[in-house]
Amino acid sequence: MIPFESAVERHGATVLRVCRAVLGPLEAEDAWAETFLAALSSYDDLPEGTNLEAWLVTVAHRKAIDVRRAEQRRAVPSAELPEHGRHDPDPTAHDPVYDALRALPPKQRQAVAYHHLGGLSHREVAEILGGTEAAARRACADGITTLRRTLR
Amino acid sequence: MSTTDDLLSTIGRDDDPATMARLHARLEESRDVDVAYRVVDSPLGDLLVATTERGVVRVGFESVGHDAVLDELGRDLSPRVLRAPRRLDDAARQLAEYFGGERERFDLRLDTRLAHGFRLEVVEHLREIGYGETASYAQVAELAGRPRAIRAVGTACARNPLPVVLPCHRVVRSDGTPGQYAGGPAAKRYLLDLESAGA
Repeated sequence: MIPFESAVERHGATVLRVCRAVLGPLEAEDAWAETFLAALSSYDDLPEGTNLEAWLVTVAHRKAIDVRRAEQRRAVPSAELPEHGRHDPDPTAHDPVYDALRALPPKQRQAVAYHHLGGLSHREVAEILGGTEAAARRACADGITTLRRTLR
Repeated sequence: MSTTDDLLSTIGRDDDPATMARLHARLEESRDVDVAYRVVDSPLGDLLVATTERGVVRVGFESVGHDAVLDELGRDLSPRVLRAPRRLDDAARQLAEYFGGERERFDLRLDTRLAHGFRLEVVEHLREIGYGETASYAQVAELAGRPRAIRAVGTACARNPLPVVLPCHRVVRSDGTPGQYAGGPAAKRYLLDLESAGA
């Protein structure tokens, strides 16, 4: 297994893109950090030959769900405005591609993010989202069609 | 899929160094880091300094290749290796003082796990050679209790996991010439001159 630092260097940007695509701009950094902290924790037990990027994207998928749930729990009881300035400004906050991605239905958004940004195969996407490989392929294709229409 | 790549191409430009540095900092506090390291500059070039929770475990010269050192740490200690500079603030400060001629001995907790058997014996005894002094390979063999193992002392010094901190540079040939050094003969000469100027 390569040193963990090398894994962060090689795959950190990809995982950040995936997190930004499936979450809002502010939640993405929390999901990224949770992903790599969890990955570090189990890194010494990882079987030799594991596809690191696919593994990290899979962890990021779970952490994105956790972060989204935590945000929703926080948001429900309080009528206060969202906390601004908690993070530095996210360069993707007003990026048209991210905006279009985030506007997709969840399954399509996740499928496009994991396949096109995270490099997972359609089969791997189906494994983490549930459903068939064909359904994952269709979600990707539908998502890309919508993106293309939105961004034209 | 080049059209899809075009579509998503702008997305690759957002991983600016400041963002990645901020995110990386969130990992550096983790208790799961088994080996923390940083790179410090020195008159001998960049030095990679690594620590475990027991103490400083490795000093690596640039000439050896820092990637090779990280791979070695990952293989021999734990793959949970992370650049976490603040955990090595003390070591970095003491090294800077040493290279500035303001420090004669290091006051650091050390983890000598990377040396084994006779090599460990040898590196442990290196501390007995004081600042500005030298000893021959034969004398160190004697100190380590195997007076005839002169060649093995040479190997042990060459593979010292903690050069500079455990002063293998003070071990020289019996004719007084510096001999080999992991950081190169010029680095050894530099350290001997630095110490003889101060001592």
